[in-house]
Amino acid sequence: MRVLIKGGRVIDPSQEIDQTANILIEDGKVKSFPKDIKKLEKESDIQVIDARGNIVAPGLIDLHVHLREPGFEHKETIRTGCEAAAAGGFTSVVCMPNTNPVNDNASVTEYILLKARTEGIVNVFPVGAITKGEKGEILAEIGEMWEAGCVGISDDGWPVMNSKLMRHAMEYVKAYGIPVISHAEDLNLSAHGVMNEGFTSTILGLRGIPNASEEVMVSRDITLAELTGAHLHIAHVSTAGAVRLIRDAKKRGVNVTAEATPHHFSLTDKVVLSYDTNAKVNPPIRGEKDVEAIKEGLKDGTIDVIATDHAPHSEDEKKVEFDLAPFGISGLETGLPLSLQLVKDGVLTLPELVKKLTVNPAKIIGIDRGTLKTGAIADVVIFDPDKSVKVDREKFRSKGKNTPFHGWELSGCVLHTIVGGKVVFSG
Amino acid sequence: MVFKQKHILGLKELTAEEINLILDTAESMKEVSQRDVKKVPALRGVTVVNLFFEPSTRTRSSFEIAEKRLSADVLNFTPTQSSVVKGETLLDTARNLEAMGATVIVIRHAMSGAPWLLARELDSSIVNAGDGSHEHPSQALLDLFTVREVKKEIQGLKVVIVGDILHSRVARSNIWGFIKLGAEVRLVGPPTMMPQDVEKMDVKVYYSLEQALKGADVVIMLRIQMERQGSGLFPSLREYSRFYGLTRERLRLAKEDVMLMHPGPINRGVELSSEVADDVHSVILDQVTNGISVRMAMLYLVATGGGNA
Ligand SMILES: [Zn+2]
Repeated sequence: MRVLIKGGRVIDPSQEIDQTANILIEDGKVKSFPKDIKKLEKESDIQVIDARGNIVAPGLIDLHVHLREPGFEHKETIRTGCEAAAAGGFTSVVCMPNTNPVNDNASVTEYILLKARTEGIVNVFPVGAITKGEKGEILAEIGEMWEAGCVGISDDGWPVMNSKLMRHAMEYVKAYGIPVISHAEDLNLSAHGVMNEGFTSTILGLRGIPNASEEVMVSRDITLAELTGAHLHIAHVSTAGAVRLIRDAKKRGVNVTAEATPHHFSLTDKVVLSYDTNAKVNPPIRGEKDVEAIKEGLKDGTIDVIATDHAPHSEDEKKVEFDLAPFGISGLETGLPLSLQLVKDGVLTLPELVKKLTVNPAKIIGIDRGTLKTGAIADVVIFDPDKSVKVDREKFRSKGKNTPFHGWELSGCVLHTIVGGKVVFSG
Repeated sequence: MVFKQKHILGLKELTAEEINLILDTAESMKEVSQRDVKKVPALRGVTVVNLFFEPSTRTRSSFEIAEKRLSADVLNFTPTQSSVVKGETLLDTARNLEAMGATVIVIRHAMSGAPWLLARELDSSIVNAGDGSHEHPSQALLDLFTVREVKKEIQGLKVVIVGDILHSRVARSNIWGFIKLGAEVRLVGPPTMMPQDVEKMDVKVYYSLEQALKGADVVIMLRIQMERQGSGLFPSLREYSRFYGLTRERLRLAKEDVMLMHPGPINRGVELSSEVADDVHSVILDQVTNGISVRMAMLYLVATGGGNA
């Protein structure tokens, strides 16, 4: 089976390509960039996709999603999560371990990978827990999880509060060359907060989570990364102070990378003013200065990656008192259009944006994706960056309809998502 | 003037005109309360549910009396002994009550924003009887009413609110109310109990009670919750009361005709010294009486719009 993508603007930051070109896919791999396609087009065993006027890029990689399976299949399954990913232009997703049971041993990793192979239409790369049960007490069997296919470790949702244990985790993973992904939050400072601490939380009488809650932990983890030499990846950066700490650490040569989510650079905490639980997320949506700082961090390279932190929940779970609602935004299907706004606003160029969604995340977890090099596995996305789309959560493939962007007019529409040479989504 | 709000969720959402309309309407209601037959047929045929998730005999009784004086059909629903214990959600509970014919739901809840959830999902008019640390509109309205009765005019008054501002719904509603009607609002309490960026509400923040009291026309003392001890917000009740407790001596710093208010119940010897507590008692009783009139006005206006008053 062959696929010919013709006439698109090919943006592949891994090769610094930004030009109009044709791409030929054969046996699931990028075969060539043929100049003359007249003969090819007429051959019978070839699927031709006309990409003229559209962007052709390596399939997007989401470094931070929650697929909820096993254990919370009412929120999402590997099947529905992958369908949502494909609809969002993502060909690979990296799933966090806070399932039930927690992905803290090789058998859970194997289960996830088996499910992904049989039911998932995009590539799934699991992250294993740092500690057993994400309880922050005993190291999980990290080596075996790595062997089974985990591409990083994290207790996402739960920070490892014990600094000595975090140190050991960082030392230990050096044997496997995978990153420690930090959900940076000091739980004592957060004090069961439910939103950003500031004027809005004051008005609403909701318990606030101060910026310091994140910054104290980012600071600690950078210090530990310096001590151990481990690769530290800071998940979902939300504050100006965290951006500054990471920027300074990078200047010193610390092995640290970072990601930011579309909701953290698209919204301010005013979105919570009507007690909208769909905007309840951890870390919380912050203030204007933080939004500006994240954009600045994306621009100057402090923040390497855009990841959605896709966290689906059922409607019933969110239709409760604000204090009781679970944290999380369903993000896979709005990630690309929200990110494209950065290009419109002049924060990033389109190639810079694609880089943060493809080759950068691939490098962080050491996978051979996010590129259209000849011979590479043909994960490709084709999208129209200018077509306007109204966000309709009822049309989400994800089971999670929990989005604060419902009804928003955004630009950017995924036309085709190709995984391993196979078209898995056409919009 | 017609009252256009379907709900009363907080004073933040009301304009000065709407607040004044409620206070003016409360005056007519007070007149009703002074008659021999303290009853008008204004809400005949309207079913009002008092949905109280937090025990509060005072506020609930006050609403209940207000509803009965307006001839409404009243249903008291105290979830402790019922469905909530079995895990029913707030929304399902409220939907059931609506199905029974309720068109006005008065809700008291320990979590901020709970009335907003009902307002968004139900058809009924929602009256907030206190939610978490958010707002307590009926308390603030009756404070405004009581002050207006005595001082005639809210505009230009210096109003001091003392205590745990961070956790106080009474404080938030009073700040909005007094600011909107043109008073100067001063907050005083330990810095740990001052919410972030509260100055942006156009108030002045003090950490010294003496300084805040200078020239004050009204002092509103907040109740300090005993369970906050040991939370790291202040070292001990003893120290709290030394710095933020109101004594006769301190009160002399205020204007001679200062009005002292307290949403009750008082912790004697903590936020108020015993002698001041005795002084304040008469105002507290006025507040209780006025509370009924104000709540009658609130219910009447949300249920009818007040057009045919
Ligand atoms: Zn997280």
